[in-house]
Amino acid sequence: MSVFVWIEVHDGQPIPASFEALGLARQLGDRVTGLVFGQGIDDAVKAAFAHGADAVIKADDASLARYRFEPYVALLAGLVQEHNPAIVLAAATTSGRELLAGAAADVEGGLLTDVTELSLDGDKLKAVRPVLGGKVLSVETVTAGGPQFATLRSRAFPQPEPDASRSGDVIDAAPALAEDAIAAKVESIESAGGQISLTDATIIVAGGRGVGGPEGFAPIKELAETLGGAVGASRAAVDAGWIPYEHQVGQTGKVVSPDLYIAAGISGAIQHQAGMRTAKVIVAINKDADAPIFKLARYGMAGDLFDILPRLNEEFRKKLNK
Amino acid sequence: MHVAVITNCTPDTAADVAVDAGGNLKVDDKLVVNPWDEYAITEAILLKEAHNAQVSILTLGGPEHEEALKHGLAIGCDQAIRIWDDALQGWDSLAFAKAVAAAIGKLGDVDLVLFGKELPDIASDAHIFQTARKLGWTPLGFVAKIEALDPAAGTIRVKRQVESGTETVTSRLPAVISVLKDINEPKYPTFIGIRKAAKASMPVWSLADLGLDAAAVAPKAKRLAYQDLPKREGAVEMIDDPALLVDKLLEEKVI
Repeated sequence: MSVFVWIEVHDGQPIPASFEALGLARQLGDRVTGLVFGQGIDDAVKAAFAHGADAVIKADDASLARYRFEPYVALLAGLVQEHNPAIVLAAATTSGRELLAGAAADVEGGLLTDVTELSLDGDKLKAVRPVLGGKVLSVETVTAGGPQFATLRSRAFPQPEPDASRSGDVIDAAPALAEDAIAAKVESIESAGGQISLTDATIIVAGGRGVGGPEGFAPIKELAETLGGAVGASRAAVDAGWIPYEHQVGQTGKVVSPDLYIAAGISGAIQHQAGMRTAKVIVAINKDADAPIFKLARYGMAGDLFDILPRLNEEFRKKLNK
Repeated sequence: MHVAVITNCTPDTAADVAVDAGGNLKVDDKLVVNPWDEYAITEAILLKEAHNAQVSILTLGGPEHEEALKHGLAIGCDQAIRIWDDALQGWDSLAFAKAVAAAIGKLGDVDLVLFGKELPDIASDAHIFQTARKLGWTPLGFVAKIEALDPAAGTIRVKRQVESGTETVTSRLPAVISVLKDINEPKYPTFIGIRKAAKASMPVWSLADLGLDAAAVAPKAKRLAYQDLPKREGAVEMIDDPALLVDKLLEEKVI
């Protein structure tokens, strides 16, 4: 069974979730082709081989330098029509979700989005995906014949160990659209600027109403920095204007799945839980020992976060030699 | 200028949900307007005010989705249409996209289609991008701001929030956009608006009205069952000493 994996490239490097997709592809099929689109992508092609691709289809062109829906969908749909893979996978990022939806529409393929488990039942994909803000799981299957598409939630599948000695055939593909046939033009980009993306983060330190104001995020940011983690926030803190929306974790924010989630001053409303309940270890720090967040947490500290966080930070620095 | 906004009802985010032995979903409360759609509907009304646009609001679903249409009419949408047909039962994203794209085509002169970021009950946004694809229009997803819109020149400039940062993108109309909650403060209906909406007629467009047959919207994926989340093991361990917590976390090997 032939499996295509779209390798999402940021700044010349594949994102970790694309490696997770390659790892899963190897379990589902016997021939894995990585699709690497962009400009100056030789390193990404090597990384795709190292993480499990048997072959790579490479499209290196200025019109593909940054992900855009029209040129990427036209290219992917064309390659799927030409090579007829059984399965097409990508990470369920904003770009991955758009791209696979668009290509599935073009080739009339069945699509399962943002899945946390994926297997084959006969020759049809079967997935488990959280719905309704992560409150229940939905078990879904593709019913139609032809190429089947699935996007995978970041960090839901293990990342394969890279093997730099692996290599394979590289097939060059030409862009499907000329630049003047593409309506969307990217004028400027404000980069997320070295910040660790919440959805990729292995450690998140998050603050809520209990931080009391924008300056209250200082001890949270310090602890996140010590741990090499990202900063999250509850809706209450974002709605109060203490921290930008891009930090929001929960039903109307980002869904995250880190190894460690430290919730400080977050009561744990069901909408917040929807965004973080799949974290491996949850630590709750809250003045109110009856807050719902403690029901979800493995470890809890009842008390003032402004007292506890600096002491935690100091202990971590000591023990991690930072 | 003609703006179409697509909306659905969804269980309340705070509602208790449970799964019965047969894998069916039990939801306590009644459905509400998809919270993401409130931003899309409000943005459509802001465009109406700024550009004297005509606003059509559409849903795909049974009569239980009329609440979302009424909400839109009460805020100022000019007409409401419900797309439904028995053959759409069990729709997947592609069936949704084909029916909505056909309805937009039937309206004829639509310049811009607005969606809320996603539908929580299916936890997906695929139908948005597939609608754009079936229309052959450019989708601009995850829009935090419409910076400029020139209906005469047929251009739009938006800010999109994606993983790698914030993109400023220009494109041509007609286009399809999905909006984030950053984009505006949702408008709420006035008493007069609600009374007016209650009297409005909401035609239902069937597949035949849209020039589609059942085969065209046969789903390519389906739900087999709902499942409860796996239970989290064990109760919380309360700790007083930060040093002890640090030791425990280092033992867990999560750092």
